[in-house]
Amino acid sequence: MKNKREFLSGSDVVVRAVRDAGAVSMYGYPITPGTEILSKWIREAARDKRMKYLQTEDEIAAGFAVAGAVLAGEKSFTATAGPGTILMQDALSMAEGMRLPFVAIIVQRGGPSSGTVIYSQQEVVLATHGGNGEGMRIVYSPSSLTELYDMTRRAFNDAARYRFPALVLTDGYLVKTKQVISNFKKIKNIPAPKIVSRTGHVNLRNIFTVEEELNEEILRAQKDYVKMSKTIAKSESYLVADADTIIIAHGIVGRVARDAVDKLRARGLRVGLWRPLTLAPLDVRGFAKTRRAKNFVVAESSAGQLADLLKNRISNCPNFSTYFRPALGIETDEIVKFVMKKYAKK
Amino acid sequence: MPKNKKTKSIAFCPGCGHIIILQTLNRVLQKLQKADRAAIGLDIGCSLLAWDMLPISTFQTHHGRAVPTMVGFEKAREKSIAVAYTGDGGAYSIGLQSLLWAARRNNPILVIVVNNTIYGMTGGQTAPTSLRGQVTDTAPAGHDELPMLGPELVRELNGQAYIARTAANEPVILAEYLERAIKATEAGNFALVEVLSYCPTNWRMKGVESNNHLNKLKDTFKTGEIL
Repeated sequence: MKNKREFLSGSDVVVRAVRDAGAVSMYGYPITPGTEILSKWIREAARDKRMKYLQTEDEIAAGFAVAGAVLAGEKSFTATAGPGTILMQDALSMAEGMRLPFVAIIVQRGGPSSGTVIYSQQEVVLATHGGNGEGMRIVYSPSSLTELYDMTRRAFNDAARYRFPALVLTDGYLVKTKQVISNFKKIKNIPAPKIVSRTGHVNLRNIFTVEEELNEEILRAQKDYVKMSKTIAKSESYLVADADTIIIAHGIVGRVARDAVDKLRARGLRVGLWRPLTLAPLDVRGFAKTRRAKNFVVAESSAGQLADLLKNRISNCPNFSTYFRPALGIETDEIVKFVMKKYAKK
Repeated sequence: MPKNKKTKSIAFCPGCGHIIILQTLNRVLQKLQKADRAAIGLDIGCSLLAWDMLPISTFQTHHGRAVPTMVGFEKAREKSIAVAYTGDGGAYSIGLQSLLWAARRNNPILVIVVNNTIYGMTGGQTAPTSLRGQVTDTAPAGHDELPMLGPELVRELNGQAYIARTAANEPVILAEYLERAIKATEAGNFALVEVLSYCPTNWRMKGVESNNHLNKLKDTFKTGEIL
C-alpha cells in the first residue's frame, strides 16, 4: 500500500479512529472544545448511511443512549468536555456497574464551573474516578495525533475485551491541532459483545438487595481489573536509565516535557521523562524503571490531579517537586527553567 | 403457558399494581409472539423490582434514564420492541427532559408510566403526579400544587404518537392499549401508556379502600386514548 499523507485535525483523527474501530453510532451534546467531533461525525454520516447519530437533549441522555446501544450489541460512543463530563458520570457509573463497553472521548477544558473553553488537565479525577464506585475504568492520555488515533482504537478494543468503560482523555489543544499524518497504525478490531441477545432473554441488574451480593460483584470486577492491568497499563520511559531527575507528565504536557528533557540534556543535566499513557490503570511496574533517580518533578496543567494519582497508586511513592499550572498551558522552556533552577549545580 | 413463558416469583408489595401491569405486558407480548424481540429498560424506583420477573430481556437503568437508554437501544437494534418502564417520578420529574424529547423526536419506543401519585421505593414522598392536598412524607401539611398530566403534555408535542391512560384495575383495556402502543412503535411512532396504579403500602390503605382510591384518581386523570 502506498504511503498516504493527509492533513488532519484532532477531531478528524477521532472520527477516523472511531469508524476504523467499527463503531456506527454517536450520541452527543454540543460543548466546546468537543463539539467538532459531533459535527464532523454528522457531516460524514451524510455520506455514509451506516453511520447513525443523535444530538441529544443533554449529556446525560447522550451517555444513556450509548449505554442502550452497547446493550444492544452495537459499538457506539460519545464525546464531551468539562461540565458535560460531570453529567456523563451518571451513565459512566452504570457502565461500570454493568460492565458495559462504553467509550467516551473527554476533551478537557478549564474548570471549575464553566471555566475556560479550550484546555486544562483538570478532568483527571473525573475521568479516572468520577463515579460513585471504585473507579474501574480505562483512561488513556494521548500526547499526539497519532496517539489519539491509536488510543481511540484501543479504547474500543479494550472496552469490548475487558468490559470496562474506556475513556480517551484529551484536550482542546490536541483536538484542534492540525498536521500532516501518514498512514495510521493497523489494529485488529475486537467485536462488540452481544449483551442483550436477540434469541432467548437476559435479565441484568445494577442494584442489589443484599450488601454481600454487591461486595462480591465489586471483588469480581476488581480481580478482572487487576488482571487486565498487567496487559494494558502502559507508560513511556525516555532516557531514564542514567537520569538523576525524572519529569513526570501526561498528555500534551508529556510531549512538551520530552522536549524539555532534550534541552536539559544538552545543558549537561541527566534528566529523563516518565509519561503514563494510561492514567487508569497506572503502569506501576513501568514506573519502577525510574526509581534510581534522586529527584522527581510532576508537571501538569492542574493543581495536582496527576500527582495525587501517583501518590494513591504507587507504593513508596517518591517525594516530588511540583510544577502545577492549573488551567494553563505549559511550554518547554518553563519546564527547562524550573528544573535548571531547582537541580542544576550552582 | 409453556414453562419458560411464565413469570417468576414477585418482589413487589402485596396489592401493588406493578404486578398486574407487568403480567399484562408479558401476556400481550407473548400473544403477539414478539417477546423475543422485546427489551425492557427499567427505571430505578419500584420498577427496578421487575428485573427478573418476566421471560423477556430486561435491564435496570438509572433513575430517570430508562427513556434515553431505550432510545439508544432501539436505534441500535432495528425491529426491536424497546420498552421503557418507569414510575411517575422517573418519567415526569427527574427524567422529564428525556421523555419530552423522545416524544418530540418521535422515537419509536414504548414508554409505560406507572402513576400511583407517590414515590414508592423511597417511602411515600411527593411525586409530580401527587394530588393537591395529598399528604406525603415530604408534604406533611398536604401538597399544594396541581398534579402533572404527562400524557396530555406529550400529546402537545407529538401529533403522531400513540398516547393513552388506563388503570391497573382495567387489565382488559390495558392489554388493548399496550397492543396498540406496540403496533404504533412498529409503525415508527412514539407511544406512551400511563397506568394509574395502586400503592397500598404508601397510601396506607387496605384492599377495598385502595381500589376505591384508584377509581377516584380517574376523576383527575382521565382514562382513555388521548387524541
